[in-house]
Amino acid sequence: MSGPSSMRTPLARVRNLGSSHSGTKDFWRQRLTAVAMTLLIVPVLVVVLMLGRSNQAGAAQTLGSLPIAIIMLLFIIASTWHMKIGMQIVVEDYVHSEKLKLACVIANNFFCIAVALSSIYAILKLSSGV
Amino acid sequence: MAEFTLPKNSKITGGKTWPKPAGATETREFRVYRWNPDDGKNPSVDTYHVDIHDCGPMVLDGLIWIKNHIDPTLTFRRSCREGVCGSCAMNIDGQNTLACTKSMHDVAHGGAVKVNPLPHQPVVKDLVPDLTNFYAQYASIEPWLKTTTPTPQKEWKQSHEDREKLDGLYECILCACCSTSCPSYWWNSDRFLGPAALLQATRWVTDSRDEATGERLDNLEDPFRLYRCHTIMNCAKACPKGLNPSEAIAELKLKMVERQI
Repeated sequence: MSGPSSMRTPLARVRNLGSSHSGTKDFWRQRLTAVAMTLLIVPVLVVVLMLGRSNQAGAAQTLGSLPIAIIMLLFIIASTWHMKIGMQIVVEDYVHSEKLKLACVIANNFFCIAVALSSIYAILKLSSGV
Repeated sequence: MAEFTLPKNSKITGGKTWPKPAGATETREFRVYRWNPDDGKNPSVDTYHVDIHDCGPMVLDGLIWIKNHIDPTLTFRRSCREGVCGSCAMNIDGQNTLACTKSMHDVAHGGAVKVNPLPHQPVVKDLVPDLTNFYAQYASIEPWLKTTTPTPQKEWKQSHEDREKLDGLYECILCACCSTSCPSYWWNSDRFLGPAALLQATRWVTDSRDEATGERLDNLEDPFRLYRCHTIMNCAKACPKGLNPSEAIAELKLKMVERQI
């Protein structure tokens, strides 16, 4: 982005590289995942309380139930996706150095994918009893 | 990163207290931001006392009284003095508003009337902000009727119902109170169009006579231009015309989703 001392006209600076024609998908998905989490939070809390009182064998038995495993998987997908979009928005809001912003966005993507995949793997492992 | 403190040369230091006007029976204290680009000094806050029996009731009346009776160097924009032109937008008692429609008697329960320029904009002098970027953003949304159909001999027709959809949008006077009250605009005013320009974008997207609705939405669909709005709603609180830019921006987002699903 050119600084205020640039000889470009104000309109050229505002138009800059043009519209990216994106953002709506993230906006929609953020709301979709928020609604999904609102619906899933009560059953997830119940399952978490149940898991908290049991040992590993009990946890494997609880997660061995298909509806419970699906609820947990859906919640992980919705929450990590929501987390990824939300964190990216915070980075875009406050980090203005292009290089640092790029690094933060990459790190955010890697972190959220890692959290999602390890949680999914753990649930699948426990529920399938492998 | 976002700036949470003022740059060194923007920090307010000291200020002059001007003597109370001789013979005044009742005065009101004004603390006014001063900065002169020519003297190389940091900004300051000067204290004035306005004779309220010799002056109109509005903050703008007080500023004009100061300029006429105490300090002719005090610089501010003003024109219509009735909330139509938007020139005298400034930050009064912590709230962006028009000095001409804000009564000094409504400020801080009789305390000092604190007057600053609109926040987070470059200052030209005293209470005059540089709104070049703000106006360029308004120009970028192309605020005029765009049609491909040959112009009719008389006029572009519009139903009463469609005309009513423009209520709450067309009344904007571009005073910049909303945009300069928005934290998202403070951090990203180079890329986020801000509530004022987006309210006007909604006005043209909503206009039933316009034939470039899709193009307009294309131009706005961007994580920074539009989606920096996080519905903070400072804009609606600040608007001296009682408009709700936040709601207008929500309409834009709704249209963006509507054309995708």
